Amino acid sequence: MVQSPAGAIDPDVDDEELASGMAALLEEMAQAGVLLDAAGLRPVDEAVRVNLARGEQTVVNGPFAESKEFVGGYCLLQARAMDEAVHWATRFLALHRGDWAMSMEIRQLDAPS
Amino acid sequence: MPRADPAVDVREGHAAVDAACRLEWPRLVAALTRLVGDIGLAEDLAQDALVAAVQEWPRDGVPPRPGAWLMVTARHRALDRLRRDRALAAKYALLGADLLRGVTEDVLEPDPSIGDDRLRMIFTACHPVLAPAARVALTLRLVGGLTVEEIARTYLVPPSTIAQRIVRAKRTIATERIPYVVPEGPELAYRLDSVLDVVCLIFTEGYAASAGDRWLRLDLVEEGLRLARVLARLLPDQPEVHGLAALLELQASRVGARSTPDTPVVLLGDQDRSAWDQLLIRRGFLALHRAHALTTELGRPAGRFALQAAIAAEHAVARSAEHTNWPRLATLYAILAERYPSPIVQLNRAVGVAMADGPAAGLALVEDLAGTGDVDGYYLLHAVRGDLLDRVGRRDEALAEFERAAGLTANLTEQQLLRDRIARCRAVGADGLPSGRDGR
Repeated sequence: MVQSPAGAIDPDVDDEELASGMAALLEEMAQAGVLLDAAGLRPVDEAVRVNLARGEQTVVNGPFAESKEFVGGYCLLQARAMDEAVHWATRFLALHRGDWAMSMEIRQLDAPS
Repeated sequence: MPRADPAVDVREGHAAVDAACRLEWPRLVAALTRLVGDIGLAEDLAQDALVAAVQEWPRDGVPPRPGAWLMVTARHRALDRLRRDRALAAKYALLGADLLRGVTEDVLEPDPSIGDDRLRMIFTACHPVLAPAARVALTLRLVGGLTVEEIARTYLVPPSTIAQRIVRAKRTIATERIPYVVPEGPELAYRLDSVLDVVCLIFTEGYAASAGDRWLRLDLVEEGLRLARVLARLLPDQPEVHGLAALLELQASRVGARSTPDTPVVLLGDQDRSAWDQLLIRRGFLALHRAHALTTELGRPAGRFALQAAIAAEHAVARSAEHTNWPRLATLYAILAERYPSPIVQLNRAVGVAMADGPAAGLALVEDLAGTGDVDGYYLLHAVRGDLLDRVGRRDEALAEFERAAGLTANLTEQQLLRDRIARCRAVGADGLPSGRDGR
């Protein structure tokens, strides 16, 4: 999962170098036989939050005042081991030059093994 | 690329370098083999580049494009070695090495031929001149990037056995002067067959291990699946590549249901279908549709893997064993048996027919097959025959078949499964419980 601080990504900025680098990396992951699925998410400002607090639910439309980290997209990989997943995450982040600040959180699917 | 933070744990830095090296190694060797024309030499050069990486990357960080870095470094190091070592230079000259044409930075640009290099390596490692066991070992090593120790552990043999197998195979490739190319035209079809067989063999050994105390060997299942996915990406126009990918995705979707902590083997009919992996099923169906679209476009009949995938797909859409379209399955097996006759297919067809038309009809087919004597030593023949005999009420004969089957498999889990069946068969009267099914 790609996580960025809110406002860090401006969806209207076209970064062709980033886009082509991303496409090349995804193709490399597919050719390596590890990429199962990938998707980006619409900006968090367009999100709707449904909160639960002690049985009380509220529905809140974005944009949200507080700036927390949010998930911007995900890649579903089938890697041999965690260090391989870390490798691909490193490659992904390395595509973002300049002032980008983001993190990738690698989580395993909870499946019976 | 953010340079490695000095605060980063050194061991973590090494883990990153190890992972990068392991992932890049097969591509590096594949590309270098094209340059120097010899796999062994390419491995030596790759090793030089990896040594450099292990020295520099923990300090400077893994470069954004590690593959290109390794390739440039390998070429530089090779040139250094050539300047120092005349004997080696002579060897390169003999091999017609391309290296002396100078290292240019153009290899830093995206290399469209990198996929071609991997294909060259796949076709070379799976060349029909090599024995099947050698093809498997070479493919896992040079295409999958597994170490000799990993392959040995997976196949439960000493590392020296695998090492020797790989050395011999590489020698055969050199002495037979197997060209390092992706075959074209009519040659492609039968060479591709060999590649697909090797991938299928790796997967199948994991899916129903022929030896050892586990029925499922997930490492081999995943390697086989990974190789099939690689092939589907590198040879997108070949219908049977998608057929194989479809078959393996669909088979793999059931892995979580085939074995539970309490029951080491759960046969298809008894599996908890909610535990089937829907993502893999979707991928399987997509690949099957691709295979179908391509064969239609090319005006070809469905290939053997696509047909088997279609069979697996029938199971995937059935909400229970009872709701399976057994007549359609029996028909698919009949088509498979006609186009690609094999005793195993006949046996599976008999299982389908038994489910569609009753055990007696299935048994008749098994008896025909047993009559040929071709598969007398195959444990599944006796297991299926025993099952069908049991179901038509010929219990003594069934018991003898189960005993026979148990004596023929080296897999401990399958032996246990058969012994359980023998015990059940003995304990239950003629009008007893419905018996197990084997529909895999």
